[in-house]
Amino acid sequence: MLNQLTISQLAAKLAAREVSAREATQACLDRIAAVDGRVHAFLSHDAADALVQADAADKALAAGEKKPLLGVPIAIKDVLAVKNQPLNCASKILGNFISPYDATAIEKLKAAGAIVFGRLNMDEFAMGSSTENSAFGVTKNPWDLARIPGGSSGGSAAAVAADEAIATLGTDTGGSIRQPAALCGCVGLKPTYGRISRYGLVAFASSLDQIGPFTKDVRDAATMLGVMSGVDPRDSTSVPQPVPDYTKALDGNIKGLKLGLPKEYMVGGLDPEVKAAVDAAVKQLEKLGAEIVEISLPHTEHAVAVYYIIATAECSANLARFDGIRYGARVDGADPIELYARTRGAGFGPEVKRRIILGTYVLSSGYYDAYYLRAQKVRTLIRNDFLKAYEKVDAIITPTTPTAAFKIGEKSDDPLQMYLSDIFTISCNLAGIPGLSLPCGFTKNPKLPIGLQLLGKPFGEETVLKLAHAYEQSTPWHKEKAPL
Amino acid sequence: MAADFDVKYTAHLARLALTPDEEKKLGAQLGHIIGYVEKLKQVDVTGVEPTAQAVPMVNVTRADEVRTSLPHEAALRNAPKKAGGLFVVPKIVE
Repeated sequence: MLNQLTISQLAAKLAAREVSAREATQACLDRIAAVDGRVHAFLSHDAADALVQADAADKALAAGEKKPLLGVPIAIKDVLAVKNQPLNCASKILGNFISPYDATAIEKLKAAGAIVFGRLNMDEFAMGSSTENSAFGVTKNPWDLARIPGGSSGGSAAAVAADEAIATLGTDTGGSIRQPAALCGCVGLKPTYGRISRYGLVAFASSLDQIGPFTKDVRDAATMLGVMSGVDPRDSTSVPQPVPDYTKALDGNIKGLKLGLPKEYMVGGLDPEVKAAVDAAVKQLEKLGAEIVEISLPHTEHAVAVYYIIATAECSANLARFDGIRYGARVDGADPIELYARTRGAGFGPEVKRRIILGTYVLSSGYYDAYYLRAQKVRTLIRNDFLKAYEKVDAIITPTTPTAAFKIGEKSDDPLQMYLSDIFTISCNLAGIPGLSLPCGFTKNPKLPIGLQLLGKPFGEETVLKLAHAYEQSTPWHKEKAPL
Repeated sequence: MAADFDVKYTAHLARLALTPDEEKKLGAQLGHIIGYVEKLKQVDVTGVEPTAQAVPMVNVTRADEVRTSLPHEAALRNAPKKAGGLFVVPKIVE
């Protein structure tokens, strides 16, 4: 089953001409036809176009071309621009939008030889933690179809867990890669802010958003990160930091690396089975040679409040562009103001409206200092907590989520409860540091994946990947497949 | 506390038309959420500088050179209403 392979496994078979890119692509398309009616990871996909790309890859392979992703089918979250493909952000407001250009990350994937196909479901405009906020239906968790896959990149995680693609792209503003990766049992990486260009990513919260990969193992995440990283003149927040070969860091040698265990993360609503799995993972890493150090991130309890002020403030500004004038759906009005209000009222779903109004409120006259400016100051304290901890440790280890996947509908009527489920992933975006989630076990009944989160220093992706890889290779979790 | 939270006014600032049901539901939920974020007022932020961006870069510029931009046709391709190579909008000036 070619669709079950990792990038490195498939790339080896393609390079050896054992299999063709067309066969690998067809295997993914067949799998989508077989299971996506139940999973609903994809909003759409153009099978014919994917096969045209596959044939081009096969020609290049026959000519002896060597590229890291040559002939590898990779599917994309519906928030990234892929030229001549639909782009909806799982929202009605974009109408029949077709992207006029490629995002930089997509350009880089194509240049590396990838077959870029499919639009993956998500929470509308990446706002949510369950993919229930999509305007086009809920994505199901491949491990239990009655449960959510996480979000906002729920389609990206479910597609990898269900072997509908070799790897996928998602985006992470407060945990939207790591949380669904944890709940679906795959590897998800949010790089350092500025590591990957955001050009062509539809902005939700510009100071927090990052693009990152979903993969079946840590090596593939390292490969994808290397392909997509680097400074881009079209994104002034991308950082001119050299891009190493991240796969070189995967040498299994973690002896002497210091791992911080934040005491603030192992309390409160943490599920006992999640706690037990993370405790066991900490022991395993210790056995492999890492040194465990208890640390404190004292401002952790304020992260969710800071996040929901800053993220909503930025989203209220960013989403002002969806006004029915230059693109997307339009509802007519007697004057421009009425046209804007009607278009936005009809086009946005409830969670997007909630966040736009909250963001507008915290930026409005009389409240700016009390909410937005104060949140930015507490953000400094949260970031300083991490920088101080990194004087003593090389990386930080935490659960990715407080519980395994919850049931569809369980939290959809209580937005605050939904926000609080992001408690372990949010600080990472506020601090701008890299974070990775990988499988570290399962709950017993029902059997659901549990995620382990590793947080690194700014541009410390190599250390995070090295630790994750050493742990993964010494445990069986990543080999388990969802029972579809 | 968020007792003064005026959904109608804030929705107008955001150019969002809400139904009366939405106003009621959003008002209650947002009051609840704002009540939660109020706890930030307990944090001592004396002398703390705000963070707008965690990996700050200053004075980022690119080479000042002419490059190709989106062709006219591509820029208008997704417009809900267009005529004569322009976006059509409701009348703004009498």
